[in-house]
Amino acid sequence: MTINEAQDELIEDFELFDEWESKYEYIIDLGKQLPDLSEQYKTEENIIKGCQSLVWLHAYMDGDQLKFEADSNAIIVKGLVNMLVKVLSGHTPEEIAQADIYFMDRIGLHQHLAQTRSNGLAAMLKQMRAYGVAFQARTEAN
Amino acid sequence: MIASRNILDITSVRNDFPILNEVVNGKQLVYFDNAATTQKPKQVLDALAAYYEHSNANIHRGIHHLAEKATASFEDTRRRVQKFINAPLAEQVIFTYGTTDSINLVAQTYGRRFLKEGDEIIISTMEHHSNIVPWQMICEEKGCILKVIPINEDGEILMDEYEKLLTERTKIVSVVHVSNALGTINPVKEIIQKAHAAGAVTFVDGAQSSSHLTIDVQDMDCDFYSMSLHKIYGPTGMGVLYGKKEILDAMPPYRGGGEMIKEVTFAKTTYNELPYKFEAGTPNIADVVAARFALDYVDALGKENIAAHEDDLLKYASEALLDIEGLRIIGNAKDKVSVISFVIDGIHHQDIGVLLDQQGIAVRTGHHCTQPLMQRFGITGTTRASFAVYNTIEEVDRFIAGLQKVKRMLS
Repeated sequence: MTINEAQDELIEDFELFDEWESKYEYIIDLGKQLPDLSEQYKTEENIIKGCQSLVWLHAYMDGDQLKFEADSNAIIVKGLVNMLVKVLSGHTPEEIAQADIYFMDRIGLHQHLAQTRSNGLAAMLKQMRAYGVAFQARTEAN
Repeated sequence: MIASRNILDITSVRNDFPILNEVVNGKQLVYFDNAATTQKPKQVLDALAAYYEHSNANIHRGIHHLAEKATASFEDTRRRVQKFINAPLAEQVIFTYGTTDSINLVAQTYGRRFLKEGDEIIISTMEHHSNIVPWQMICEEKGCILKVIPINEDGEILMDEYEKLLTERTKIVSVVHVSNALGTINPVKEIIQKAHAAGAVTFVDGAQSSSHLTIDVQDMDCDFYSMSLHKIYGPTGMGVLYGKKEILDAMPPYRGGGEMIKEVTFAKTTYNELPYKFEAGTPNIADVVAARFALDYVDALGKENIAAHEDDLLKYASEALLDIEGLRIIGNAKDKVSVISFVIDGIHHQDIGVLLDQQGIAVRTGHHCTQPLMQRFGITGTTRASFAVYNTIEEVDRFIAGLQKVKRMLS
């Protein structure tokens, strides 16, 4: 599945909900589904500094694919983190670096990428792209 | 005070605040973030518009009609604040950008002039970062020591411990009058007496107290008091520093520029008198002018009536919250204003805030700029509901119902 196909699938899922409760219950479920990050990766350097909740992001190469594992101590943020992982993990660094992330806007969650609410999430997206750029450079150097 | 209470007509009060009719996420707004900033009554909003429509000019040096009108309105507010806090003279009221700015002013002028290596500054565990960091900065510069008064589990200052911290090296005691995170009302009068006995000057951070309590700086006998008008139904971006005259006179200015000078030559500049020597540059004229109407508004309702209404809300909400399983109120001081901070077992405060917002309920979540206080309680943050005069029991009911829904969704 391409990055855009994964985004479109999430958009389709969210079209089923016409009430905020069901939308957020789904996000909370996504938060519960995301496995806890192994303690060894919950390091200071993997912390994305957010405003209120903690977000950890661990990135590694698997063949030619860049993969992400992540976690948060707040469940809604963890659900949103899961969505970003679903969309971006398992693609080439180049694809991740150049991805156009539009699903948050389309499912009405854009405020979560806004500065006050949880710039942790915006910072996570930025960090994921940065890993894309970094691993792309490393691949090209080899 | 309760005996003389007049029951306020809250419906009529609410009609003065247009923003309360806002619809948020499809529901009528419930605004419980008043400790962060209060909403503004139309008397203040009208005054702001009227200033720009009829009086706007730069103040103090103009000789034309508008400049005189603007200057008169600006100085009216100074006298209004003087009366509001019972300062002896209007010139002891200095306009600043807010409480943070007032504290920085004192730290950078009084601190720079009078502190020496080894001197000590005392603050409390429940200070806002703005009453910690400016002192840390001057301590670092001067080689002074910052000491912290501990608090008990209920969030009250330990007076015995405070007395132990006072020495002949104590030069400044700076404490918050009312805690923004806990609602605790500190016994500032007693704290000030003890500080004075040790020869220290005192600063009272009144950011949270000015909207709830009657402020009398002479009775309190503080050397400095500060408040932020936006927390007392006034405009943002303006605050007040009050100081005792002989101390303010002895302090050097710290921002140079227009207005604060008497005469400038390239060889030497002489400085203006109080309060102007601390008001360099064009001040926030419009907001200062409009702020007078906020103080008039508060006094027309009566501080004791406002406090009685807020106290009803506090008691009602505190009891209702205890019915929520796993909920713990942080801050149970005997003397409290209408601020309730709480945590719920197993639920992150940010999740609570997001889901309440979805229901149109505005609360604050996080560390409330009091990280050391959060560390004292072994938590990273709380959810905080803070009430103002326009809030109602019905809104508290919506908040409690909203919170129960949050709990169901997250469990």
